[in-house]
Amino acid sequence: MDSAKAAISMRNITKTFGSVVANEKVSLDIHKGEILSLLGENGSGKTTLMNILSGIYYPDAGHIIVNGQEVTIRSPRDVYDLGIGMVHQHFKLVDVLTAAENIILGMPGKGKLDLKAVGDKIRSICALYGFEVNPEQKIYDMSVSQKQTVEIVKVLFRGASILILDEPTAVLTPQETKKLFCVLRNMKNDGKAVVIITHKLHEVEEISDRVVVLRRGQYVGELATKDTNAAEMTNMMVGHQVSLNIARPEPKDPKPRLVVDHLTVKDPDGITKLEDVSFTAYSGEVLGIAGISGCGQKELLEAVAGLQPFEAGTIQYIDPKTGKSVELAGKDPREIFAMGVMLSFVPEDRLGMGLVGNMDLTNNMMLRSFRNGKSMFTDRKTPRKLARHVVKELDVNTPGLTIPVRRLSGGNVQKVLVGREISSSPTVLMTAYAVRGLDINSSYTIYDLINQQKEKGVAVIFVGEDLDVLLELCDKILVLCDGKVSGILAGKDADKNEVGLLMTKHGEDNNDDSNS
Amino acid sequence: MIQTHKEPFVRIAKRDSISIWHSWLIRIVGLVLALVVSAFVIFAIVHLNPFKVYEAMFEGNFGSKRRTWVTLRDIAMLLCIGIGLAPAFKMRFWNIGAEGQILVGGLATAAVMIYFGKALPTWTLLLISFVVSGIAGAVWGAIPATFKARYGTNETLFTLMMNYVAIQLTSYFVAIWENPFGSNTVGIINQKTQVGWFPPVLGQKYLLNVIIVLALTVIMYIYLRYSKHGYEIAVVGESDNTARYIGINVKRVIIRTMMLSGAICGLAGFIAVAGASHTISTSTAGGRGFTAIIVAWLAKFNTFMMILVAGLLVFLEKGAIQIASQYNLNDYASQMITGIILFFILGSEFFTQYRLIFRSGKEEN
Amino acid sequence: MTQILSLLQAALVFGTVILFGALGEILTEKSGNLNLGVPGIMYLGGIAGLAGAFQYETYVASPAPLTGLLIALVCALAASLLGGFIYSFLTITLRANQNVTGLTLTIFGSGVANFFGGALNKMAGGVGQISVSTTSGAYRATLPFLSNVGVFSSLGFMVYLAIILAFIMSWFLNKTRKGLNLRAVGENPATADAAGISVTKYKYLSTCIGAAITGLGGLYYVMDYIKGTWANDGGIEKLGWLAVALVIFARWKPKQAIWGSYLFGVLFWLYFYIGGLTRSSQELFKMLPYVVTIIVLIVVSMRRRHENQPPESLGQPYFREDR
Repeated sequence: MDSAKAAISMRNITKTFGSVVANEKVSLDIHKGEILSLLGENGSGKTTLMNILSGIYYPDAGHIIVNGQEVTIRSPRDVYDLGIGMVHQHFKLVDVLTAAENIILGMPGKGKLDLKAVGDKIRSICALYGFEVNPEQKIYDMSVSQKQTVEIVKVLFRGASILILDEPTAVLTPQETKKLFCVLRNMKNDGKAVVIITHKLHEVEEISDRVVVLRRGQYVGELATKDTNAAEMTNMMVGHQVSLNIARPEPKDPKPRLVVDHLTVKDPDGITKLEDVSFTAYSGEVLGIAGISGCGQKELLEAVAGLQPFEAGTIQYIDPKTGKSVELAGKDPREIFAMGVMLSFVPEDRLGMGLVGNMDLTNNMMLRSFRNGKSMFTDRKTPRKLARHVVKELDVNTPGLTIPVRRLSGGNVQKVLVGREISSSPTVLMTAYAVRGLDINSSYTIYDLINQQKEKGVAVIFVGEDLDVLLELCDKILVLCDGKVSGILAGKDADKNEVGLLMTKHGEDNNDDSNS
Repeated sequence: MIQTHKEPFVRIAKRDSISIWHSWLIRIVGLVLALVVSAFVIFAIVHLNPFKVYEAMFEGNFGSKRRTWVTLRDIAMLLCIGIGLAPAFKMRFWNIGAEGQILVGGLATAAVMIYFGKALPTWTLLLISFVVSGIAGAVWGAIPATFKARYGTNETLFTLMMNYVAIQLTSYFVAIWENPFGSNTVGIINQKTQVGWFPPVLGQKYLLNVIIVLALTVIMYIYLRYSKHGYEIAVVGESDNTARYIGINVKRVIIRTMMLSGAICGLAGFIAVAGASHTISTSTAGGRGFTAIIVAWLAKFNTFMMILVAGLLVFLEKGAIQIASQYNLNDYASQMITGIILFFILGSEFFTQYRLIFRSGKEEN
Repeated sequence: MTQILSLLQAALVFGTVILFGALGEILTEKSGNLNLGVPGIMYLGGIAGLAGAFQYETYVASPAPLTGLLIALVCALAASLLGGFIYSFLTITLRANQNVTGLTLTIFGSGVANFFGGALNKMAGGVGQISVSTTSGAYRATLPFLSNVGVFSSLGFMVYLAIILAFIMSWFLNKTRKGLNLRAVGENPATADAAGISVTKYKYLSTCIGAAITGLGGLYYVMDYIKGTWANDGGIEKLGWLAVALVIFARWKPKQAIWGSYLFGVLFWLYFYIGGLTRSSQELFKMLPYVVTIIVLIVVSMRRRHENQPPESLGQPYFREDR
């Protein structure tokens, strides 16, 4: 491997967004005729690094060397000339056009479109590597896997010799994954370089020749796949547990508050995001939900909140006062509220869902409570008091109550949002990535708030990506992997590696790909 | 080979915020520029001193007591439509159908005046007309809204087409009600008895118009700013996602708001027929349904700002008519000048949202 | 029989006016711009053509028909192009709202046209006194070999020009690279941008060229439909809005606009040829094109067949930093 000249070398790449260091002096090589896996947790910087290579971001420092020559990549268009092609998680296709039309879109050439010639070239590419693409088929008529194939053919059509795929199997069934891997192997044998950004260890083991691990923006190490195993890779990915000194009061008299049974959720494209998920959230306890992004946490919280319809399963809420259980299936947030279920939800999308960016603090405080009172007029006094209270208690840094919330910094936005959600004295509090992007102090404020709620007997569901936090804050940790529950561990006893492993493999050692 | 790209000569960047003063300054500069350009246009066409021309405009609007009241009446009319549009636009529902909503309201009013003119006294007629025209407008607005809510049908195109259906409907009724026979006009309704007309208040013919519209202005302001409905409209307009998240029934809000919007435009038709022209024809709306869209937009849906903008537009229109008669010009000049001024104001809005960054001398590394 | 023939003839002439209007707007809307200034642009095209021909005929001793024709054509194209450019500059570069800008253009265009039309009328001695008979005659000159063929016997060359233009536009959109790029810009500007297409350039070009084509509708109206004169009766404006309706009816497909325009013509003139209609019910008939268009709008949004939908980004501005 060392003798082969690197197709691409990245040296000391550093990229910061504001105060967040996404990549810190990362160096790696990509070789022709090899499949490389880029492994890491959320926030490890793997997608940022590849986005730099495909021209979406420009590095703050560092060098990129392609075929021995140093290059500057300023935009995605420069990248075609270098023979690099990236297939993103979110496809860039025009639905109403055919595959052939999407593939040649934007390419220079003769005025008249010769779709027949394009179709022939597409077919020859497909024959070479083993794809199946019908050039005349419209994108809206295609399955997700077919669309992905179109994206791959698109970059090959433009002469890419280095392919980067971002979580390609996230949207594929096991059978489709097998087919994709066949194709990737053909490409490797044809001398192309393939980079897969992934978090699935069994796939890393199956398809890649080499694996590079990133953690918190830094390069941790690389190994030849055949020389390593899942445990070692997990260890590199998650590192040792860091002590954060987050308090964890002992739950007092936990009783079932929310019972989720056999929940199955499909997304608009028909892909199953949650499969047969069952668990119970107890009062006075913090239940953490761990998992790689996209493993179904968003759908889980939204299903409970009444924002996501589900295919199968039940969600029972048990009223603390009466002990009666209420079925939440098929109800929207209004109906849930009307039933007396005090559910609070701090969504991942703070300014796009949880708050209205252009409105001020008082108006945002009113989002949950504006219907109160019999008159047709809104009561602004109470929300204004609440706003003042939240600003004071949570130390929100804001020039006043009347500025639009989108002008506040991330941490302050979150404090406003969380402050509002807990002000309604909920009995269930769900938060998604509550401390993402927050500074240390704000993060600890949030942990304190959560603990306060817990001590009041609220059942807290905490979706998080920082394993260290989960391990210290949560009483129980539910690990999701590809929409299924891999395991539920007690926070006190859980080991970081154990959680990491569960995040990347389903519970027992079942290798879906072994049965075709 | 890959080249490094040079920093472009001028970049644009969105402003985070802008002080009220600054934004007003920009708008005023835009307005002044427009007036300067229009002055040039006027000079080029008629070779007249622009200042004299502007003076004539003022004459045309406020030169006499009667003129002043007509100006106020027309500002009230335009303002009324703008107020009707405000809730819809705040919800980001593009109601281009005000023209049609005005006409159906006017039709309803004319019908009441014609069919019940002999049987009922004026105030009863007025009350019935008020209600019926509101309902007519509400229905006209609810139809596109329902399809938008249910099927996502493009509301800009739908409401636009409804205008022309309304115009034809009006032509139909004009033919039925024509008086005298063969003239293809309805003529002044109830001319002798003035039944169903707005009665003069404090001796002024058009005071009632102004009172009604001012009342509507205040009510709409309160509705949008202080009522629960108004809050829902604001949330739906700002962020569909957030509206769903807190359980607002977006479909219901769309239909309800458009019914309100259509109803008020229908009332504008009522005012036009019972309070101004006392007849109905396809020019009862007179393009004001479209002009009001611009008024509402420029005023940023703020009902009190609309008074100013409507005032400006009416001033321009009447002023140009005055110029036309005084200097023997074609009075379409007003439309031309209005167009130029609006172009400039629209263009100047850009500078309130974005700032220009010019390339500094140094090269970026 | 002659009644039907007469109806067809009227429909063809009527249809040609709105066909030009619609074709131009289809090109514009394919890029994602919704230009409600169509009536204004048709006004501009009409008056510019008329003014050009008028000046020519007034100041030249013996005007030649072909020259008059060309002068009118060039003037019309220039004026409409200018209208399109104003719209483009405001909505693309200065990011103004498309609806408001379009409506302002309609106000401006009709103001300019009626203003100069009135002025021209005065110069010519009174309303309707303008006569650019030579030029108008040129426009109405029938194709020699069709002079005796039934309904075609009285159609000017622009009727055929419109049809040819529709076919060219359809070929452009569906069979050329640039047409493909344009369609992508209108459907998904972010994807087009990522593919290396200059969204700004395509929007500008399609809106301006579209405006020029739309303006030809105004020119034809003046020269053929009303035979070379000017009347401040709002005739063009009505036809302008019908052209906008036609775009929807034709589901943004140029070839569909051809028969659609003639259908609208038939619907519009039908009342005249159906005996025994009272004047009032005639008015209801005139509603038909709009009602039919509304039905198409509804059905298209209900059925959601992708090929019939408006361009996905229609009416929405595209700014790269929103990515």
